[in-house]
Formats: sequence, C-alpha cells, structure tokens
Amino acid sequence: MPEEQPMVQFKDVEKVYQGGNVAVEHINLEIHKGEFVCLIGTSGSGKTTTMRMINRMLEPSDGQILFNGKDIHKIDAVKLRRQIGYVIQNIGLMPHMTIYENITIVPKLLKWPEEKRRKKAKEMVDLVELPEDYLDRYPSELSGGQQQRIGVIRALAANQDLILMDEPYGALDPITREALQELIKNLQEKLGKTVVFVTHDMDEALKLATQIVVMDHGHIIQNATPTELLTHPANKFVENLVGQDRLVQARADVTTVEQIMLKNPAAITPGKSLAEAISLMRKRRVDTLLVTDDENHLKGFIDLESLETRYQSATSVGDITKSSIFYVNKNALLRDTADRILKRGFKYVPVVDNDQKLVGIVTRASLVDAVYDTIWGENEDYQASDSAKESATPTDQEPATDSAAADDREAPKEV
Amino acid sequence: MANMDTWQQFWYYLANNGSYVLSQFARHFLISIYGVLIAAVIGIPVGLAIARHRTLSNTVIGIANVIQTIPSLAMLSIIMLGLGLGVNTVIATVFLYSLLPIIKNTYTGMQNVDKNLMDAAKGMGMTRWQSLYMVEIPLSVSVIMAGIRNALVVAIGITAIGAFVGAGGLGDIIIRGTNATNGGAIILAGALPTALMAIISDLVLGFLERRLEPKGKAAS
Repeated sequence: MPEEQPMVQFKDVEKVYQGGNVAVEHINLEIHKGEFVCLIGTSGSGKTTTMRMINRMLEPSDGQILFNGKDIHKIDAVKLRRQIGYVIQNIGLMPHMTIYENITIVPKLLKWPEEKRRKKAKEMVDLVELPEDYLDRYPSELSGGQQQRIGVIRALAANQDLILMDEPYGALDPITREALQELIKNLQEKLGKTVVFVTHDMDEALKLATQIVVMDHGHIIQNATPTELLTHPANKFVENLVGQDRLVQARADVTTVEQIMLKNPAAITPGKSLAEAISLMRKRRVDTLLVTDDENHLKGFIDLESLETRYQSATSVGDITKSSIFYVNKNALLRDTADRILKRGFKYVPVVDNDQKLVGIVTRASLVDAVYDTIWGENEDYQASDSAKESATPTDQEPATDSAAADDREAPKEV
Repeated sequence: MANMDTWQQFWYYLANNGSYVLSQFARHFLISIYGVLIAAVIGIPVGLAIARHRTLSNTVIGIANVIQTIPSLAMLSIIMLGLGLGVNTVIATVFLYSLLPIIKNTYTGMQNVDKNLMDAAKGMGMTRWQSLYMVEIPLSVSVIMAGIRNALVVAIGITAIGAFVGAGGLGDIIIRGTNATNGGAIILAGALPTALMAIISDLVLGFLERRLEPKGKAAS
C-alpha cells in the first residue's frame, strides 16, 4: 500500500448495460493526486464508461469506486459532481448564458456570493489568456478553440481537484488542439490538479499523461507511464496502438544529448578580433561560432552575417556577440532536443553541462546519425518491418550522413 | 339607412353600437385567453413530463391529435351536453384545442435541446430541477411560445363559433348579422374585429417569441 491514499480507486468494477452488453469488467485502477491519467483505447473499449463512472454519470453494476477513500455510492451524486470538473467533447457551453455565467455555473450552484464569482471568473479568463471583456460575450461569438478554453476553465472554477475530460479536443483542428494540450498540461502542473483524460489519440496521451491506461474490450490491458509503455508494451495490441514508428523513436528516448553530441565545437572568446574569428570559421568550415568566456561558459554566438555587416564598426568578437541563444543541458533527453531542432528550425543547439560550460553541440547531422543508428542499429527485426523505408532512403541518406559527420558542425555553408 | 352602402352602414353601426362591439371584443378575447392559459398551465408541464419519459409521449400526443381532429362545432355540442349553455363550454373547447399545439411544441422544444448540454449540466452537478429551469426551459422557451401563439390564433376562431352556445363574444354580432335582412354591415362589425384580434395576437406573440429567443442562440 502506498502511504498516500489514492484520489480515485476502482475496485473490481464492472458495468453491464441493459441487454447484457458488458462495457467494462474487472477494472482495478488507482489514480493518485497530481497524476495526469489518460484512458486510451479504440471506440467501445470502455474508456468513456470508466471515466463516467467516477462522477456517477453511470453507476457501476458491480464493484466499488472510492473517491478520496469514500465509496462514491455513499456520496450524494449532485454533491460529488460539483467537486469534480467535467469537460466533454462537444464543449457543452450553454448558448443562452454569457461566458461569465458559463464559467460560474458550478460556483453558482454552490451558492458563492456574486462578488466572489466575478473575481473567480476574471482570474480564470486570465489563466487562459483571454481578454476580460469576453466575459460578457456569448459562446457563439467565440471560436471553437476559445470555447473549449472556456470549457476547461469552467471545470476548474469551483476549485475542483479532479477533472474528467472526455476527448475534449477531438473536434478541434490540429493547431488549436496542440495549443490546448499545452494549456491543460500547464494548468494541471501549475495548479496541481488531477486529470482523467479520455482519448483515442496516442500522440495526445504520450504528450500529456503521467500515467497511461490502455483499454480494450472493457479490460485494462496496460497501466503504465508513457516511458514504460514505449519501452515495454505489454502485448501486441499495445504495440499496435502505440505504433511501430513511436516504438522506434522511443529507443532514441533514453539517449541523452551527451551521447550524440559532437565534442569540440567551434568556439571563440569575446576578446578575440574579428579577423581571428573569420579565420577560425574558415578553418572549421562553419558560418557560426559559439562565444564562451575564458572558463568556457557559454555567452552567445556570432554569425557570418553580423560579421560581414559590422566588420567596419566592430573590433572584437564581444561587440557582435548575440547573447540570445538556445542551449540544452547535456543530460537532457534527445527526444526533446530533436523536437526543438526540427520544429523551430535550428541548425544546431549548443550543449552545456550543469555549470553552463560549453561541452558540445548537437547539429542536424548528428541527429541524422542518431536516427540512422536506431533504424539500422543492433536490432534486425525492425529492418524487416521497415523494409519500405530501407529501400527508399539509404542511397540518398548515407552519403549525406557521411559527409556531414566528416566535417561536423553546421550544414556547411560556403564561406 | 337603406340609401347607405355596406361600408357606410358598417361605420354607422360602429358609431351607434361602439361600446357594445367593444364589450363583445373584450369578452371574446378573454374567453380565448382563459382557454389558452388553462391549456398552457396544464399542457406545458405535460409536455415537460413526456419529454422526460419518452414512452408516454406517443400516447399523450396521440390523444391530443385525436382531439384536434374533431370538428369544433361537434366538439362544442358534445361539451355542451355536459356543461350546458354558456361561457364555460367555450372555454373548455378552447382549452382542448389548445392542448395539442402547446404540448407538442413543449415536447419538441425540449427534444431539441442539445443532449450534450444536458449531459454537461448533469455532470457539473445540477439537479434535475436546476437543469430544467437553468438550461432546458430557457433553451426551449421560444418554441413553447410559438405553440401558445398557434393555440391563441386557433382559439380566437373557435370562440367566434362559441356564440352558438350562448357564450357571447364577437360571434354574437356575426350571428345577429346573418339573421337580419341585409345584415352585411353587422356581419362585418363582428368579423373584422375578430380577424384584427387574431392578427394582432399573432404579431404580439411573435414579437414576444423572438424576444424570448436566447440571446446567444440568436447571434449564431
């Protein structure tokens, strides 16, 4: 037994619908405070049923569900639901109420005074970065993404500790969706909420969850952290659900930046002259130099463009150093770094140790190496399954890898 | 009087019997309103109830439909057997005819409320009553109003026939006109205010209906 009492506990719960349709069977599940739990499965897997039993929207046919140690069957359903935030796929904002009225439905049910409700509503719209004058608008005047933001804060407005979300972002476009995923993740972490999130989207689950519960045909197939799920899928079903691509990627997950970074990056100190900088660039065949102080602390970078344009006015490297530089810790996971390099279009990311000292650099070329290793690495069976990729890529990828790796650094620009 | 045309006669009649026409107008209107109001008081809760218990809806709406198919004159006569001559018979008839549009519109209005909203309302911890008066009724009130509006227009027509069972109202003037020789003007003095009443009621209730339409919904 963990010392802490689970917030929600399912004890051998079963739900049989009228007509003998078994929705879920033998569900044993513990949800602890502060966890972000994703229930994932195909339609008909019982994930929504499981979630809806927590706030008694559905009553289990058998078994017991405890909420903070209390059997929910002994708690008045209405009182229970007011303690649990509820967000549904279709947003479910009341069209005849203003945003303010919508946000404060539960506080109103709980008979908070008007002043407190108004204050809370303002606080809430600030939280999701919507202007306060939205409070007086009607839901139809907001975009889908904004509406679901309101849907989310409506579930938080009465200080609920547990939030249930039933495929809340299913109907949104990918960009809005991503923004909202980040929003709920931030809110959850910042406010220490516990979230139970139903989805069928593995990307979403892997991104948000701290605990993923894979369900199929009314049974829990695997209950694990995202990392466990990727590294040790319980069976073929989970493997398929996670997808071969992600399993391959997952192996890169445990790799740290330090393992793939190139050591000895092209660096220069601020005191050096511009001529020295150019000759170093030429020698190393790069268009950017990292700037470090004498103790090798990362200070910034200089690039060829600024060197060219300010050659007349500036004398030392320090004059043209740009200090806004993005870097990673050497112990960071490669997965995150790769994401950033690819998404933000960085050509390289400097790597520092815990004392901010420059120890290496990750470039697009080193990423190619890492990917190359995971695909054509030790394991033979992935070659078989990825035969399509294999035939398509090696001819044009291999030489690129070689040349890039040979003269390291940035994608070589002509100097 | 014989040398006047129908319109002159009509204005002459109104000028001389204005207060009589006005009192019949008021009587007519009140009979219709009473019948519709009683139907609303009973029909709206029935509509709400059958929206919650779908199994009952077919039976209830079926019965209301059957009532609606009985010709109004026949209905008046049947009820007259029970209640005798007078106003009560007409009010009862109006009541019965108003039930269908009111029950049906209430039911439809409730059915049209997005099920997701009701799920959200319940999931947030509203009781059944709270869900009803905070969500379902506000969202269906304009449809319910449309039913009342229909009922009232029909009721005004039925009340006109009610004069046959001695209830008075503008129908009385019309019958008077049909009995008199060259009574065209008197018929008009009864028929035109009836038509006017129906049109104005329709307009006023139509306006009310739009006002009751939930604001956010109208904007969409």
